[in-house]
Amino acid sequence: MKQKKVIGSVVLHLAMYGLALITVAPFLWMLMTSFKTLPDILTYPPVWWPKEFIVDNYVNAFSAAPFGRFYFNSVVIAVAVTIGQIITCSMAAFAFARLRFWGRDVLFYIFLGTMMIPGQVTMIPGFMMLYWLGWIDSYAALIVPGLASAFGTFLLRQFFLTIPRDLEDAASIDGCGRFGLLWRIILPLSKPALATLAVFTFMGVFNDFLWALIVVNSEEMRTVQLGLAIFRDRYQTDWGQLMAASVTATLPILLVFFVAQKYFIKGITLSGLKD
Amino acid sequence: MTAPAETPRVIPPAELPQKVSTKKPKGRSDLSSALAFLSPTLIVLSAFVFFPVVFSFYLSFHSWNMFSSTESFVGVGNYSSIVQNPEFWSVLKNTAVYTLGTVPLNMVISLGIAYFLNKKLAGKKLLRTAFFAPVVMSSVAAAVIWRWVYEPSFGLLNYGLSWFGIPAVNWLNNPTSAMFALIVMGVWKTFGFNMVLFSAGLQGIPEHYYEAAQIDGAGKWKQFWNITVPLLSPTTFFVLVMSVIGSFQVFDTVYVLTSGGPLGSTKVLVFYLYEQAFKFFDMGYASAVAYLLFAVVFILTMLQMKYLRGSIHYSS
Repeated sequence: MKQKKVIGSVVLHLAMYGLALITVAPFLWMLMTSFKTLPDILTYPPVWWPKEFIVDNYVNAFSAAPFGRFYFNSVVIAVAVTIGQIITCSMAAFAFARLRFWGRDVLFYIFLGTMMIPGQVTMIPGFMMLYWLGWIDSYAALIVPGLASAFGTFLLRQFFLTIPRDLEDAASIDGCGRFGLLWRIILPLSKPALATLAVFTFMGVFNDFLWALIVVNSEEMRTVQLGLAIFRDRYQTDWGQLMAASVTATLPILLVFFVAQKYFIKGITLSGLKD
Repeated sequence: MTAPAETPRVIPPAELPQKVSTKKPKGRSDLSSALAFLSPTLIVLSAFVFFPVVFSFYLSFHSWNMFSSTESFVGVGNYSSIVQNPEFWSVLKNTAVYTLGTVPLNMVISLGIAYFLNKKLAGKKLLRTAFFAPVVMSSVAAAVIWRWVYEPSFGLLNYGLSWFGIPAVNWLNNPTSAMFALIVMGVWKTFGFNMVLFSAGLQGIPEHYYEAAQIDGAGKWKQFWNITVPLLSPTTFFVLVMSVIGSFQVFDTVYVLTSGGPLGSTKVLVFYLYEQAFKFFDMGYASAVAYLLFAVVFILTMLQMKYLRGSIHYSS
């Protein structure tokens, strides 16, 4: 019986680690290819480990297309949207969680309702709005539409409701205004929820492709993802450079993920299902 | 702006607005400060969500090339030309094939992995990180990597298959295998997300049910079918609906991996919508396509909510 258990456990470990290895194999394959020389890339059977480590693929990719600029754009946009959403969502969430006003619940239902609208439905008029505003191909086009979020408002409102009011009541008596309550009492207690919102927003914006594809025309406004997609069109089979560019487009998100993994997981379970 | 692709849009009933007890004694309204707090959000959402939803509906009844003419009312003309267009049906079929290919496979894999991750296992965190990593990577980069994996002469996949004596396949150049390639990549990219949802669901099943079943002599398999499956069903249904909605909206990976080809075999609904709107600038027609997509998502969401309202909640 005991022996059977040990065998079962060994099999389970082998199977799970095997599957994990298969899952990450494309990542390793990308990383290894990005450091290989052309003859190393085009060998059969393929070799995992480069015979000679080179960084030429990175150098060439960065000189073939302004990936530095794309990077800068992506980071500026992602940071701006993330900060913007934390501000707007926490303010709106505060109104829904703590204030009393006519039509609050109806408005909240409308917010919830918008969360099930596919982005593709609002995409065309959204594009037109930017066209009429003369914002096509600008940072504004990539930032402003993301500056508010029904989902973020909802996420923070749910969290704010779990914070006891006693502290605020005390602060109110001491003459603290409503912005003060939000800023000094609620936000410091909401760090986990804010972190969840931040990592989700950052990831969503940094990885976004379709919106950038629609609103960007010029090379200097491209984001990393858009730049990569266009790069792959142009350098169909230059695998070394393509992999170097992919590593570049992936690395920041993977780093954010490794550091803030628990907030990703929490975000999914919070927004998905409650125990 | 499109929300992150994985952002769940379905609201489980536990999250629906409870009456917020405003402890304020006299019921004085805070309307003016509420407006101040809400205005940034309301302005942005009005411009980029509320107005677009309505305007998109309006547009779907008009014919309009946004750069050359003014819109003219065509009634249900766009909708009727959609249903009479054989390309639309082939696009819908491709989307259905993609959905049927990814969703069940994805669910079986993600449930299986979540189930075994819930067991005694060394290095659980590491494993979970590995399974989740494809989810956080951008779809564009993922598709670029998979093009290399699918490369016919030097790609990893054909090499791996050669171990089993399977001859090399030119994955992306053949209509059948291109869809298959898209499905495999789609599952790889998203199963980690569902795994997290299933894990949370599994952890919500009280341990003592299993203990009781064990005392009654139920084997592992019996326990799985008679305890895990029924108690997990709200999660399973949620995952199912979210996955179907997600696969109906697939775009990025298609754009980069196959560009809808070969011979239109991987042209899916959102890709078609994108072409109509931003290649041919037929905004009215494209809006009608968008509203059909909306209808699908709406019906699925309603089903989800109805199911969850009606489901029994077991709790410890």
